[in-house]
Amino acid sequence: MADKKVHLIIKRQENPDSAPYWEEFEVPHTPGMNVISALMEIRLNPVTRDGKHVRPVTWDSGCLEEVCGACSMRINGRPRQSCSALVDQLEQPVRLEPFSKFPVLRDLMVDRTPMFEALKRVKAWVPVDGTYAMGSGEKIDPDQQGTMYKYSECMTCGCCLEACPQYNDKSAFIGASAIGQAHLFNMNPTGKNLKKDRLDELMGPGGVVDCGNAQNCVRVCPKGIPLTDAIAAIGGEVTVHAVKKLLRL
Amino acid sequence: MSGRVIIIGGGLAGLAATIKVAEAGVPVDLFSVVPVKRSHSVCAQGGINAAKNMKGEGDHPNIHTTDTLFGGEYLADQSLVQNMCNDAPNIIDLLDRMGVTFNRTAEGFLDFRRFGGTLFNRTAFAGATTGQQLMYALDEQVRRYEAQGLVEKYEYWEFMSVVKDGQGVCRGVTAMNIWNREMKVFKGNAVCLCTGGPGLVFGKSTNSVINTGAAASRAWQQGVWYGNGEFIQVHPTSIPGADKLRLISESVRGEGGRVWVPKSSDDKRDAVDIPEEDRDYFLERKYPKYGNLVPRDVATREIFSMCVNENRGINGENMVYLDITPPRSGKDGDVLERKLGGVFEIYRKFAGDDPIQRPMKIFPGMHYSMGGLWVSPEDSNGHVKQMTNVPGLFAAGEADFQYHGANRLGANSLLSCIFGGFTAGPRMVEWIKSNSGEADSSVYQDELKRQEEINKTVLAMNSGKENAFAIHRELGQSMTAQCTVVRTNEGLQQLLGKLGELEQRWSDIDVNDDSTPVNQSFAFTRALYDMIQLAKAMAKGALQRNECRGAHYKPEFDLEKPEKEQLGDHRLTQAYKKFVAELEKKHGVTYDSKFKEPDNGGDAVAPEFEQYMEKWVEQQKQWSKTTLATWKEGAEPDIEYRDVVMTCEPPKPRIYK
Repeated sequence: MADKKVHLIIKRQENPDSAPYWEEFEVPHTPGMNVISALMEIRLNPVTRDGKHVRPVTWDSGCLEEVCGACSMRINGRPRQSCSALVDQLEQPVRLEPFSKFPVLRDLMVDRTPMFEALKRVKAWVPVDGTYAMGSGEKIDPDQQGTMYKYSECMTCGCCLEACPQYNDKSAFIGASAIGQAHLFNMNPTGKNLKKDRLDELMGPGGVVDCGNAQNCVRVCPKGIPLTDAIAAIGGEVTVHAVKKLLRL
Repeated sequence: MSGRVIIIGGGLAGLAATIKVAEAGVPVDLFSVVPVKRSHSVCAQGGINAAKNMKGEGDHPNIHTTDTLFGGEYLADQSLVQNMCNDAPNIIDLLDRMGVTFNRTAEGFLDFRRFGGTLFNRTAFAGATTGQQLMYALDEQVRRYEAQGLVEKYEYWEFMSVVKDGQGVCRGVTAMNIWNREMKVFKGNAVCLCTGGPGLVFGKSTNSVINTGAAASRAWQQGVWYGNGEFIQVHPTSIPGADKLRLISESVRGEGGRVWVPKSSDDKRDAVDIPEEDRDYFLERKYPKYGNLVPRDVATREIFSMCVNENRGINGENMVYLDITPPRSGKDGDVLERKLGGVFEIYRKFAGDDPIQRPMKIFPGMHYSMGGLWVSPEDSNGHVKQMTNVPGLFAAGEADFQYHGANRLGANSLLSCIFGGFTAGPRMVEWIKSNSGEADSSVYQDELKRQEEINKTVLAMNSGKENAFAIHRELGQSMTAQCTVVRTNEGLQQLLGKLGELEQRWSDIDVNDDSTPVNQSFAFTRALYDMIQLAKAMAKGALQRNECRGAHYKPEFDLEKPEKEQLGDHRLTQAYKKFVAELEKKHGVTYDSKFKEPDNGGDAVAPEFEQYMEKWVEQQKQWSKTTLATWKEGAEPDIEYRDVVMTCEPPKPRIYK
């Protein structure tokens, strides 16, 4: 069908301080197209559905293969990656909005800096001595590797935070992604050396106790990371850690 | 210690360099157009090579070196390749210590798989997202240094130019904050460009949308040489898409994936209904020894030729089957899922079919640039490894031209990125000890002013009739048609004409946006100019190189190979013996005896093979050279050639059986 069209409704915002507004676009449909290709079509001819010439839409993207985490947005209300959102699988009109839990920079692009800051807070790294040759790491059971691998696929896309009722500007909750990373590094044979520091961080305000157990995070994670398992594990460890601290063990 | 180092780009090379510099206690300013964790290195799927010989096959770094040189048809500097391959096992160990979730054997050791261009299981891997896992491990270490205050990140800052003093020494950079278009000058005593490849010059490629090549182009336009620009790797297996070509990793073939088309082009049956006897596994048929794991350029040309020349693609379209289904690969679905889940996920998500149930449909896609900014192969005669011809300006990763020659072997890119970064880092630390000064403040201000003027001009482009993204599409179509799998001098001439035309039309772009916050049209329009410039280096290099070598294939200059039964041991030909003796004299080395005539003399060679070898030697003498392009404003670049230094082994004809 040569004249099949895709109808998009896009929430726009000129700058961080201005008010948002909606614009509608219509682009030619191509087989297998995703939301990014639809946005690229608009960029080639930035004219709204009612014929108004407008500035091209701004959005964040990178790999377009769902491994970089850049192109997150709300698509028909659901937080997800726009590269893997195939138009044929979406109800039309396709409604695109920026994430609501982060400051909008422009149109569909937001500032997710707090997510990277959170990784610092939970010391999401292995404390290696240095980069000089010191031989290999420890042997790891393949099953354990499989479990760790899932968590290490987290691309800091922010979907889990966007979907989380506890993550908002009224709460200090650190969110599921950082808790997942803390859990990952606690499982690593050397990473676990910093486990106490991580539990200290997640024990306090904004830590794991702020989780309301809505389980939205695990439902929207594009990588299928078992975030609620991590929250449960860290939750248990934080309790033990707190008791030990109290008893000065 | 006094002095600061500036690193541009936070992919594997940039992060590796950052870690080495910070480890030495020197502060780093790390710039990236995206949060570093989103750099293109995350896209590498299959793995990273290291001859750790964990499978009892007798693998060794020397064999890795030979495979890399041979795969790249002897255009890479040999001592650097040797260094890289020697260091690879240490790099894997370090990544393991840093917590990379590499796949494991039953005993818990690192597992290794096969990749193209080698007969050994040499590739360590973390599922099918090895690049992502390596990136994250280095990102985490850099975050650790950031938390300690040794690294300052400038994310969403775009590199605009190098600041050079009156002596031509690099003294810093200008960069633009892409959130608010603020331009600033940053002083640094050494600068390293780790800005990745130029995929966007080809419109659609397997690269991320950030890989414009603009940063390398900007440095090139400021006097850095661009090396081997014509060598562009087209990956044999990608899923064609409207927005990009999605890579299907070589690891699929490493784990037993087989490439085929129906024997009859009229066969319209569903792939799974086509029985074994009606399938043509053409790579296995033509290359019994390497089979589906011939090097990338060979596989790409065979698939391209099967579809374009023989018109035997699936249903007449430009696609062939890549079959990893358990009955064909001989591997269990669960095992495949554990090793290749990340690749399957991409195929399922974007092509809507399950590779374990049905063969994938794939076609070659532009993937990697072997060419890049020229960097020195040696630490002597005033040169420093990884340093460009502009003193104080370094480059590493895909942005540099080293390590791969005329064609890169699979799973060598992650290695070369980390090794290049690890090489550049300590040399910058050393460099700033004797180059800690600053230029006059006017030098920095003048460059800033020059950049601000360009910005003003581009922002004022609002009355033209061209759309930057449409011109980009044309650029990509022209480059893909004329400067990828098959090249002709006629086509390349036309291409250079087209690039000139696009440059003209660039001035007539309507940027259509003069606003301040995240102005992508403006930034893209500026980058587009630089992409067109860089395309010229590739096209001109390809036009002038009248031979076939690695990824550069020009049929009119292909040496006709003798019939299979006439092929012999090249070391026994008179032409080759003489050639090797000349090379030994020229480079002042004595090659290992295994590269020379065997003691037992062997069988005599067919005269046809001797004649072929004579022509081949002539070709080597003329073209075993690095292409060096120098930018010229409003014109085609100047091209010069430099001999490749061959200290490890003599070239041998690239015949994969």
